[in-house]
Amino acid sequence: MTAYILCFILFLAGLYGVITRRNLIKIAISLSVMEFSMFLLFALIGYTDGGVAPIVDPTGPAKVYVDPLPQALVLTAIVIGLATTAMLMATIIRLYRKYGTFDIREIKNLKG
Amino acid sequence: MNPLIPLFVAIPLTGAFIDMILGSFIKGFSRCFTQVIILALASMSIYSAATTGTNPSVYYVGGWEPVNGIPVGICMVMDGFTVLMLCIINIVGFLSAFYSLSYIKRFTSENFYYALFCLMTAGMNGVVLGGDLFNIFVFLEISVISAYALVAFGVEKNELEASFKYQVLGSLASFFILAGIALIYWKTKTLNIADIREMLKAGHDRPFYIFVELLILCGFGLKAAIIPFHAWLPDAHSSAPSPISAMLSGVLIKAAGIYVMIRLFFNLFEINESIAVLITTLGALSMVIGVFLAIGQWDIKRLLAYHSISQMGYVVLSVGMGMILISRGLKHEIAMLAVAGGLYHLVNHAAFKGLLFLNAGAIEYTLGTRDLKEMGGLRKSMPATSATSFIASMSISGIPPFNGFFSKLIIIIAAVMAGFYFLAFLAILVSIITLASFLKFQRYAFFNRKEGKEERVVKEVPFPMVFSMVVMSLLCLILSLLAFPGIRDAILTPATDILTDPVKYKDLVIGL
Repeated sequence: MTAYILCFILFLAGLYGVITRRNLIKIAISLSVMEFSMFLLFALIGYTDGGVAPIVDPTGPAKVYVDPLPQALVLTAIVIGLATTAMLMATIIRLYRKYGTFDIREIKNLKG
Repeated sequence: MNPLIPLFVAIPLTGAFIDMILGSFIKGFSRCFTQVIILALASMSIYSAATTGTNPSVYYVGGWEPVNGIPVGICMVMDGFTVLMLCIINIVGFLSAFYSLSYIKRFTSENFYYALFCLMTAGMNGVVLGGDLFNIFVFLEISVISAYALVAFGVEKNELEASFKYQVLGSLASFFILAGIALIYWKTKTLNIADIREMLKAGHDRPFYIFVELLILCGFGLKAAIIPFHAWLPDAHSSAPSPISAMLSGVLIKAAGIYVMIRLFFNLFEINESIAVLITTLGALSMVIGVFLAIGQWDIKRLLAYHSISQMGYVVLSVGMGMILISRGLKHEIAMLAVAGGLYHLVNHAAFKGLLFLNAGAIEYTLGTRDLKEMGGLRKSMPATSATSFIASMSISGIPPFNGFFSKLIIIIAAVMAGFYFLAFLAILVSIITLASFLKFQRYAFFNRKEGKEERVVKEVPFPMVFSMVVMSLLCLILSLLAFPGIRDAILTPATDILTDPVKYKDLVIGL
């Protein structure tokens, strides 16, 4: 249970960063933190205490296996996360070139 | 069994890569090739709509059929609702791509534009065809990541800022959805939508599932821009290039947001009353607040973007009313009517809002401004744009005989028959305010002529743009036929049946 609570605290830490930070790069880092807390949640869900890798050997004794599906899902989610972060960073670099600052308070052309 | 199902994803994905590889060697290749691809997709979707009807089909990826009623592989489902969405996506997609032929010439790197366009179409097709939660998530990310890039396509200050906002909120939405999927998997140990439904029936842990439903509602609400989650929409939709605005507003918020929401709340979760009331309230809120935010705008594309929020409110409201009635277990016919009204408005909104954004793009193309105060007297110089935008404006504000009238009428009739008089009143009120705001748009853009200013020499836009706008305006007229019995039974009724009767969906996917 402690692991789940720590995972949730990691999520909240990321959310706090997204809401309070003013620097574009720091917002991107906070988003990554949130993302990794989600990956951790998936890994925790697949984990079984004392489990081994799910390679079934019909002749050997019955064992406890970990769930392999969440691991596959996390792998996919990491790839997607990479694409999202790359896209976000590219946008931040372009924003820096246009505005000359990373401060989100000075980037406010659009309103209304 | 429909052999075309996997092609809906495979063709545009391959097309995107071919666009990028060959497009950099052969000039103008990607431009023509994308038209061919999306035209093929559009005709395939019309063919599927004609053949699917009441006998939907399932495609098991890699041939992994379910064993003893337990699904083992990934499946793609094509039922009435999916076919409806496929038609919207690919037809609006084709018209926007054709419109881009002249519009996108002033941007550099056309290859990237068309490749991203194909990727976005592939993602949306995958979302509506997906029969399992994680697949839906993956395709959702494909479509929204290409949408982030397309919003920032102009790479000026405003575009980048809008894209940044969209990305931060879109990523938040993805995390909520991912958390929801993780929690569902934790309890049920399966990802297949129909199978999860069975598992939910067996072991019922109500508070846990309400928490999951709220996570899913937040996630897809952010993608669909329902009112408390709407902050990114006006910026993103007004900053994107106009054909992309038409795609985002006409298709993406539906395929990535509303479609998945409706599908999950009807076919995955047991409908319960508190969530249904919450959804209806959110729908009513976005309907009313959206239109009041829209009426004060002077930037045309911003005005249209706020109207998107308001019109999506109609859809969510109507579907929510259907959910309330089903959860109370009475008046099943009226619930069906409400859901059908919502889906009908979904289709209609794709036609008229797509057209309005194309009109806004045509005005911006000739005048170089989006400010209503600087326009005027365009009626004579741009007859095609003027006529089509008049049709679209009348359609969105619910004037007969255009399609918007019939769907709003069905929603209002359903609300009155179900006894939600206040919601019916709100729907009528919002419709009137919509009319007022579009009369303002018409007057300032096309009729009003400023005294004492020299005549500007403006010409009608080039042929591809005119063609797309005229076809869209014809669609606005033709879609009103969907309200009449014969055609409604063929197209709308299968979609409502599969939603309101979850047993049917389960039988289809898992088999007996």
